[in-house]
Amino acid sequence: MSTYNFDYLDELEAEAIHILREVAGQFEKPALLFSGGKDSITLVRLAEKAFRPGKFPFPLVHIDTGHNFEETISYRDQMVERIGEKLIIGSVQESIDQGKVVEQTGKNASRNALQTVTLLDTIAKYQFDACIGGARRDEEKARAKERIFSVRDEFGQWDPKRQRPELWNIYNGKIHKGENIRVFPISNWTELDVWNYIRREKIDLPSIYFSHERDCITRNGQLMAASPFLNMDDEDVVERKQVRFRTVGDMSCTAAVESDATLIDDIISEISASKISERGARMDDKVSEAAMEDRKKGGYF
Amino acid sequence: MNILKFFTAGSVDDGKSTLIGRLLYDTDSILADQLEALQSSNRKNDDGTIDLAILTDGLRAEREQGITIDVAYKYFQTEKRKFIIADTPGHIQYTRNMVTGASTANLAIILIDARNGVVEQTIRHSYIVSLLGIKHVVVCINKMDMVDYSETVYSAIIEKYKVLAQQLKLADVTYIPVSALKGDNIVQNSGNMDWYEGESLLHFLEKVDTDNLDKSQLARMPVQWVIRPQTEELHDYRGYAGRVLSGTFNLNDKVTVLPSGASSTVEKIEFFDQTPDAAHAGQSVIIHLKDDVDISRGDTIVNASALPQESKLIEADLCWMDGRALDTSIMYNIQHNSKITRCKISEILHKVDINTLEKHAADEFKLNDIGRVIIKTADALAFDLYDDNRANGSAILVDTRTNLTVGALMFRAAVE
Ligand SMILES: Nc1nc2c(ncn2[C@@H]2O[C@H](COP(=O)(O)OP(=O)(O)OP(=O)(O)O)[C@@H](O)[C@H]2O)c(=O)[nH]1
Ligand SMILES: [Mg+2]
Repeated sequence: MSTYNFDYLDELEAEAIHILREVAGQFEKPALLFSGGKDSITLVRLAEKAFRPGKFPFPLVHIDTGHNFEETISYRDQMVERIGEKLIIGSVQESIDQGKVVEQTGKNASRNALQTVTLLDTIAKYQFDACIGGARRDEEKARAKERIFSVRDEFGQWDPKRQRPELWNIYNGKIHKGENIRVFPISNWTELDVWNYIRREKIDLPSIYFSHERDCITRNGQLMAASPFLNMDDEDVVERKQVRFRTVGDMSCTAAVESDATLIDDIISEISASKISERGARMDDKVSEAAMEDRKKGGYF
Repeated sequence: MNILKFFTAGSVDDGKSTLIGRLLYDTDSILADQLEALQSSNRKNDDGTIDLAILTDGLRAEREQGITIDVAYKYFQTEKRKFIIADTPGHIQYTRNMVTGASTANLAIILIDARNGVVEQTIRHSYIVSLLGIKHVVVCINKMDMVDYSETVYSAIIEKYKVLAQQLKLADVTYIPVSALKGDNIVQNSGNMDWYEGESLLHFLEKVDTDNLDKSQLARMPVQWVIRPQTEELHDYRGYAGRVLSGTFNLNDKVTVLPSGASSTVEKIEFFDQTPDAAHAGQSVIIHLKDDVDISRGDTIVNASALPQESKLIEADLCWMDGRALDTSIMYNIQHNSKITRCKISEILHKVDINTLEKHAADEFKLNDIGRVIIKTADALAFDLYDDNRANGSAILVDTRTNLTVGALMFRAAVE
């Protein structure tokens, strides 16, 4: 009998590849939701491992809030060029121009919530029946409850009280017309697992994940990048800081952390020692105890 | 470092969620902002301390009612091991969610409230644990603080459970007296129960053997996807992508493709940029065969010298998970790995009475019923018996009217 090394990263990787291939096998029109963050970048590497030397059986879909970090967009475009796969962009600006959503006002205005409408429109337009996302169960307590194949109704809603049983490694992807399934291949990964995987696989990341100098202001106790997308007033003091981002989303809702970590090894030691969760750096979760559950019920990722 | 997957089971309010919260809390796995959220929550214990159960009770309805409705997954690690925990509900109404959490675990923690001893849900959950073939069982006698940490109470309960364990043929059972609320014997050994000589729960979990590596000779790989780039330079490329369920495929191994029965030889194994000599249980790979055989999704590549069973008539244990009762007159879909085919339940052999564990003849199967049936499938399935090979011995039933997953099946025999 042969022995072999199969450590926890191998196991998580093999599970994710299995899930991606189930999506390919079970759906007509799947898509991979690509945000430009480290989790979806990890998904792209996993898709390469699942399908190369073939093409991906799905396009990448980016829901573009228009409030992006420049670095994310240039990373996205270079990556798409390198892997040679199709990219579809759903634009929140377009949804605003069409009057489908209304821009928030006030100091804490963000386009984060508006994304849901653009996402649902994009799903409807291309008739996607499965959307692969990089959400992890360790991120947040409502996510900790979600299945790997998670059914959404015609209105994009998640019903946490009526989830299908999900047994062994058998995923039921059968749905009615109009419904779709959100698929989370890295459900069982933690933030640290993702970083360790990125290090092991030598995956390139957008530079904003690493320490750099940036103009910031402090809002609700958190450091936000000063940008034209943030409604600033006279009370806001702009300070130059050495920062990096732990999670990357819309510029108006992603907070920075002060950090000197310039190498992935530094980041890993920083996270291992950190006493604050990754979601602690997101303004969107601070609203209430059930903020995420409510957004998911409404069709959020 | 490897991963231990475990889940908590037991009756309502036996303290499952609290126990998990305590494990996370005492291993310093709760981050400051999460702790802050806990402290500011209005669900508190009677003495004003934080209620650790809300760490896993993540849905609004759960927090409002103080019960667990669906499985929550939690993650933590110590220096020795990584842990994936499924906190499952105790309410009988949500048994299907308990089975969901249990199906991927290799260890079960069964909680018993020291004041109540073995109750109906203890028996039901222990029975499900035995059906699912979960290898290790830890029985935690909880709320010892409420019975004055009494050894007599503890001993009486474990004597009772031992009888049940024997009836259910649970081979590996460990007993630990704990207080999830106070933290006795969860991470640290308790000073309140000097009469207990065993380890704390965490220490036990850190060293129990996980046996993740499948050592069986039953090499099986269901084909999930056929990779055919059809580009100029890869014109004839044809790779079969899948996850090895069990056993090992080596280069030049003789294999059989089911259901066609075609034989061939493993020509090449690919894993992204590597071409290993072998593919082992658990790995997701691409296999190339020497001969040009017709293979598509739903087929299984197996070791030619250890073939699985093939049958259209299978005896199986069924766990019914839908509010709508089983209808023996209609067709369901059965999903066995990547294969989906039509089926009917052609006979109900018996149902199990959870209180007495006795088998009864039955003509109906309702939510949470468990028993033995015969399934008749449209296409033959290539399967192993659940006890020999869990991964190739299980399947789900899907109601084609609602698309819901309505049953869990564990194969027990091919019917001739
Ligand atoms: N005194 C005492 N109370 C406990 C202990 N463990 C749990 N409790 C209390 O028992 C009640 C139920 O605990 P939970 O952890 O929510 O129970 P559960 O088993 O998860 O319940 P369900 O998930 O709804 O089945 C809570 O009020 C806990 O504080 C213990 O060791 N001692
Ligand atoms: Mg609970």
